[in-house]
Amino acid sequence: MRIGEEARLPPGTKQMRDAFAGALVDVARANERVIALDGDLSSSTGMGSMRKTFPNRFFNIGIAEANLVGVSAGFAACGFIPFVGSLPCFLLPNAYDQLRLQVSIAGLNVKLLGSHAGVATGREGPTSHSIEDFALVGGLPSFSILVPSDETAMAACVKAAVDHVGPVYIRSSRGEFPRVYPEECHVRIGKANVVRKGSDVTLAACGLMVGVALDAAAMLEKEGVQARVLDMLSVKPIDREAVLAAARETGAIVTAEEHLVRGGMGAAVAQVAAEEHPVPMRFIGIHDTHLESGSVEELMTCHHFTARDIVEAALKVVAAKGRR
Amino acid sequence: MDLAEIARSVRLDVLDMTARMGGHPTSCFSAVEILTVLYLGGILRFKSDEPTWPERDRFILSKGHAAPALYAVLARAGFFPLSELSQFRTVDSPLHGHPKQNVSIGVEVTSGSLGQGLSFGLGTALAARLGHLVYRVYVLLGDGECDEGQVWEAAMAAAHYKADNLTAIVDYNKYQQTGPIDREMALEPFADKWKAFGWHVEEAEGHDMEDLRKQLGCARLIRGRPQVVIAHTKKGKGVSFMESDYTFHARSPSGDQLQQAREEILHAYR
Repeated sequence: MRIGEEARLPPGTKQMRDAFAGALVDVARANERVIALDGDLSSSTGMGSMRKTFPNRFFNIGIAEANLVGVSAGFAACGFIPFVGSLPCFLLPNAYDQLRLQVSIAGLNVKLLGSHAGVATGREGPTSHSIEDFALVGGLPSFSILVPSDETAMAACVKAAVDHVGPVYIRSSRGEFPRVYPEECHVRIGKANVVRKGSDVTLAACGLMVGVALDAAAMLEKEGVQARVLDMLSVKPIDREAVLAAARETGAIVTAEEHLVRGGMGAAVAQVAAEEHPVPMRFIGIHDTHLESGSVEELMTCHHFTARDIVEAALKVVAAKGRR
Repeated sequence: MDLAEIARSVRLDVLDMTARMGGHPTSCFSAVEILTVLYLGGILRFKSDEPTWPERDRFILSKGHAAPALYAVLARAGFFPLSELSQFRTVDSPLHGHPKQNVSIGVEVTSGSLGQGLSFGLGTALAARLGHLVYRVYVLLGDGECDEGQVWEAAMAAAHYKADNLTAIVDYNKYQQTGPIDREMALEPFADKWKAFGWHVEEAEGHDMEDLRKQLGCARLIRGRPQVVIAHTKKGKGVSFMESDYTFHARSPSGDQLQQAREEILHAYR
């Protein structure tokens, strides 16, 4: 069964990277300060659209991520809005020093595009999976993290990133995501979206896992549990208001992400709840391990981040809520 | 005041700042003439009363541990009052231990983790071209810093993009933290490395401001490729016992030695 089918979400009409490609050209058309800096992956990330449409505003900096980020900082300091495109597994570990020192400390207006994040690279194996990007970027003050959950959200996230003055990391993927927002999507940095109403439990998810969580909510409904689903589009800053409303109004939270649980979105949600309104919680994601080479579906099943896993976790927190 | 007098004052400021608050005095001393001639010898175009002037030449201090020397020169170039130097490394001052980007006081780049300035400089150089501005970019690198792979990533890319408005200056003082360069991590044949990466190379006597001016002038005329001026300098230049002792890399003299250092700087260059 495809992701989103249980929730009757329409299938995606384009790959996430193609959604990014189109969105980038759109913002570049509207704002001549937008440029693209590539780590020799533009044919994979979608950034090739800039090479084609605005060739003088596209620079391949080569397979040299440290230099790539340094060059972007120089452009940003001169008033340009550089999008830096690569895969997070290469970009973030290779250029972390540059991101910290030159971009984060000065708060420069650099936008990072991390494509093929999570386990989207599947059979390429653990060296190519990106399951620690939230933790890495999350360790950089002044950075925001946006995680679009479908093609419509991608376009809105790219626009929100340009409208925001300061560094932003956008997590993208390779394939099609089911359409969480068949019509329109509002993105505000620091804000989550309620994509399903419910009062028994909250499923807080991001990226691909929003579709998975909506499937889980549909399955829970059959068992008489009404799940609220939050799209945590803004992983940093996290939406405190939405998390606290979820804690107060539903009394139990399950988080779901295609990321390590440690240092991930769920940890940020838990921190907010723990400070002001603790409730039973479970964390769906990858638990302190690197993954195997396998299809996305295989990896999700082996490492327990499917809709069925979310349902089981939700039933546990709902039960725990009753015992308090 | 002539340039040699200014250089002397800058050295004294550096000595005082680092003796009081810590820092890297000898790495500053080797760069004093380079910084002085750039800012006060007519090389850089800037407006200290309009520090964000878009057409200003950019100076990128990649060897961030020479921050005290940069601050002492920026103050003399009019970016902020000399009295601010007394606030170096204190919590309310923008004069951080290592530079934090703050264009309002003339600090163009954050640095302190080595190897990063040339990439930043390349970005600003390409931005000039894209923005149809004619400014030049100067990046000051340390010699030990050239151990960093990122320097050579940037060197490769700068030549690829024919960034002829980019000039690197290497403060080749022949020492890195733990000892002589040729013993710890040799750079030679250094000029050949830059040439192999597609750069135009000039060499200069790094404490002779006329020679620096001449070689920087030669570099400026080069079209179609970036240029590097390898400035031969002396670590700790100006204080005899610091010149001969690389352990002063991250410490300053105190007591009698501090007084001796002051005297030597005061009476040098007469």
